Amino acid sequence: MMDLPLLSILIFLPLIGVPLLLLSRRDNMVRWLTLIILVADFLIATGLLIAFDPTTAQMQFRESLPWVPALGIGYKLGIDGISVWFLFLTALLGWICVLASWTSITVRVKEFMINLLVIQSLMLGVFCALDLFLFYVFWEAMLVPMYLIIGIWGGTNRVYAAFKFFLYTLLGSLLFLIGILVLYFHGGRTFDILALMAGSYDFPVQAGVFIAFLIAFAVKVPMVPFHTWLPDAHVQAPTAGSIILAGVLLKMGAYGFLRFSLPMLPDASHYFAPMMIGLSAVAIVYGGFLALAQKDIKKLIAYSSVSHMGFITLGIFTFTLNGLSGAIIQMFNHGITTGALFLFVGLIYERTHSRDIPSYGGMIKAVPLFGILFATFLLASMAVPGTNGFVGEILVIAGTFAVSGWAATAAVVGALIGAAYLLGLYRQMLLGPVRIPGNAKLWDLRLRELVCAAPLLIFVFWLGLYPKPFLSILGPTLDNLMSQTSPIIQAQGTRP
Amino acid sequence: MDMTLITQSVLASGPEIIIIIGACIALMLSLVPHPRQEAALIGFSLVMIILAAAMSYSLNDRPQSAYSGMFVVDDFSTFFKMLLYLGTALTVLMSGKYLAKEGVVKGEYYVLLLFSLVGAMIMVSGTDLLMIYIGLELQALSIYVLTGFLKKGVRSNEAALKYVILGAFSSGIFLYGMSLFYGLTGTTQLDQMAIILTAQDLAQDQNDPMLILATLFLLVGLLFKVGAVPFHMWVPDIYEGAPTPITGFMSVAAKAAAFAVIIRIFMDSLVVLQPVWLISVAAIAVLTLSIGSFVALVQNNIKRMLAYSSIAHAGFLLLGLVAGGDEGRSSIMLYLLVYTFMNMGIFAVVVLLNRGSDVGEPLTDFSGLAKSHAGLAFLALFFLFSLAGIPPTGGFFAKFYVLVALVSSGHVALAVIAVVLSAVAAWFYIRIIMLMYVAAPEGPRTIQITFSMKVVLLVTFMGTLLTGILPAWFLDLAGGLNGAAPLPGLG
Repeated sequence: MMDLPLLSILIFLPLIGVPLLLLSRRDNMVRWLTLIILVADFLIATGLLIAFDPTTAQMQFRESLPWVPALGIGYKLGIDGISVWFLFLTALLGWICVLASWTSITVRVKEFMINLLVIQSLMLGVFCALDLFLFYVFWEAMLVPMYLIIGIWGGTNRVYAAFKFFLYTLLGSLLFLIGILVLYFHGGRTFDILALMAGSYDFPVQAGVFIAFLIAFAVKVPMVPFHTWLPDAHVQAPTAGSIILAGVLLKMGAYGFLRFSLPMLPDASHYFAPMMIGLSAVAIVYGGFLALAQKDIKKLIAYSSVSHMGFITLGIFTFTLNGLSGAIIQMFNHGITTGALFLFVGLIYERTHSRDIPSYGGMIKAVPLFGILFATFLLASMAVPGTNGFVGEILVIAGTFAVSGWAATAAVVGALIGAAYLLGLYRQMLLGPVRIPGNAKLWDLRLRELVCAAPLLIFVFWLGLYPKPFLSILGPTLDNLMSQTSPIIQAQGTRP
Repeated sequence: MDMTLITQSVLASGPEIIIIIGACIALMLSLVPHPRQEAALIGFSLVMIILAAAMSYSLNDRPQSAYSGMFVVDDFSTFFKMLLYLGTALTVLMSGKYLAKEGVVKGEYYVLLLFSLVGAMIMVSGTDLLMIYIGLELQALSIYVLTGFLKKGVRSNEAALKYVILGAFSSGIFLYGMSLFYGLTGTTQLDQMAIILTAQDLAQDQNDPMLILATLFLLVGLLFKVGAVPFHMWVPDIYEGAPTPITGFMSVAAKAAAFAVIIRIFMDSLVVLQPVWLISVAAIAVLTLSIGSFVALVQNNIKRMLAYSSIAHAGFLLLGLVAGGDEGRSSIMLYLLVYTFMNMGIFAVVVLLNRGSDVGEPLTDFSGLAKSHAGLAFLALFFLFSLAGIPPTGGFFAKFYVLVALVSSGHVALAVIAVVLSAVAAWFYIRIIMLMYVAAPEGPRTIQITFSMKVVLLVTFMGTLLTGILPAWFLDLAGGLNGAAPLPGLG
């Protein structure tokens, strides 16, 4: 069992499905095939999560093959306590995306599903790669299917949004590539991530590479002031595109900080931490205010993402155990709740063809089940105790108070603003009188839609009420990360 | 020179001789009127190219110098010859369809193409400036004629005239540089020149105006051929006017041969001169990259756009020259190989989209291609993403390797400029993709993909894909010449 290249199977299973799709002729068959493939992939990911050994910080399920030996490039895979969760999240959102696009995508279904499969493979690859070159290939290749998903199946202004998305991320990634190369030459001509983590680099090198990485990750996260592509991309993307963007792609920026910036460039990370904390605090508050002012549901959630991702980067750069674990939990949470919110926006959009908040009202009477579930996810996004959002945010805020009172205050203010716009959204959409008569006669959630929402709902409460399994898998990896990040403190023997 | 030496020399130049004989026979064949004449010529040209390739392959085990050190057979020249065979074969396969559409089926076309191939082969094997010059002229003269092959087309005629005048001008500059070097060293043989330059400490004196002039003239003559800014003015007009397969040939084979000469002269034999040209080449590379990338943004004709794209790629290749060393050299070679695949691929698509009778090739030809021809659109998408340098295509690895060479030689700032400009360049490739996948088709159209075009598309697609996902093997090909062994029979 253990000798099977499980990670490779996990990664390439969706890609292997592509030829199958090419052969099938009817749209419905394409949908079912994609669903089956991605559910199978999800089962593998679940199996990995269950088989994952939570007692060690070592990389598990490792695979290693030479790829371009002359340049020290290998095909190396492995997962630790951080990446296993994102594999799981990606695999989970994968099949939810298929269900979410079941009726909303009616043109070029086959091409759409192929894109979903390809991006699924690449995203899984990003979280498994233990070789920087391999990581970069997955990371950059991901742009293509995402670009096509937005550009072909998006809204009216999709071409502009797709261009903006592509060029922003491409520019960031290319600087990332230069950073990788500099690290490559200073790390003894290897792209092996573990070997590069073990090396130590002079401060000027670290600072330069940190900046290059920062631009790539900051665009992806996105941090203020690199966030302007996000609202456009989200508004124009089809539902599945939005779910993938919010659920997985944004996490990759934060994952990049955790996987590369912190362990490989600890000195530079500490040096730039005040700036990062400042930018994160700005993102939390500024993103919140922007969200308050939106009349478009998707834009509102997009700006709320900017704000919520601010919590994550804030947590990461506190370098405290609380902050880091909070950040990682928050990453997972954000994938679940924001993915769910975009899913629900997509569901209601299919019914009303409107994203304009003021045109809604009184929906709870028309679609009560939708209303209740949507409200639950809004509350989770607001970090109400008992939901997953609360665990993440409280840990981040606790971690931040230990480092910077100002930033923590900003985070609390941001959480308050979050409550304001999310409750405002709830009030305007679901309560009050029905503004458009047609809205009163809408159909409520169907089985397919409930199946999409159910696993997300389970995670909202599971993580909110009993986060211990999550934290225990994370634990050893986080301890290891902490020791890599603060080598100086460790030397003095006061590592927390 | 005794008989054995002569036999040895003739054998060493066997591939060239095969192609020349082939071209002569093709010329005679083209005089025989027969309904299937063109198919016969295509088949014959391909057979000759394959024969020459087999010969080159068998010679590869025995690196040798021939014709008293004017000509050499080594890994380096074999690599480039293989690349040239590939480029020419793809051009030949593409031409049948194109010529039929344009209504200019003429046997001379293939004859000239073969002669141009010989010229390029002599360029990559030449170790004497005179030999290189002869190859250069043979290659260029054939292309001048081919450029004007659409006799009735205004654009084609204009392009041919421009090309002749500017080409002759640049050859003159190259010759002048050569004569200055002869004045300085008393020889035109590259290895002799290297010895004399080192012995006289001439290369050490970087301010010697004669040396600077000689180097720059030689370099400018060659930079003109690869279309580097500011010697790029001819590229768009000639790319637009020439028959599309010939444009592909120029962008791939002619450019590869010119780069082979640049590598041979400036990275190999006369590497002592590096301090003299390094700064200017770095500046030219950046300029070439930026002008190529930015001007391509506003082009509305696909061939003009590809012309500027090829200028931008030349800029990237020149960065490999700046990086220098073994890595720089292998990176240029690998890049040219990948570029052959992906550029010929996209040109094949352009050939298929051609509407015949000298109509222009507006970008909007691509509109809605994904709806009418999904497979072809996917291939075009793949080639375009490769040209833009997105993994997992060969284009990415080619760029990546140049960047490795650049960072390795300490030119991090240049690498940053290069990636920023390639992000700019990505824009115009993606524009076409958007047209294919989003825009509505202009009208119903059916594109017939003939068997030979299918072969071209398959070869270029596989090449672009394999160089992307299994680059190790290709890297060995391009890197196998590092630490070239001293050649027997030299000196």
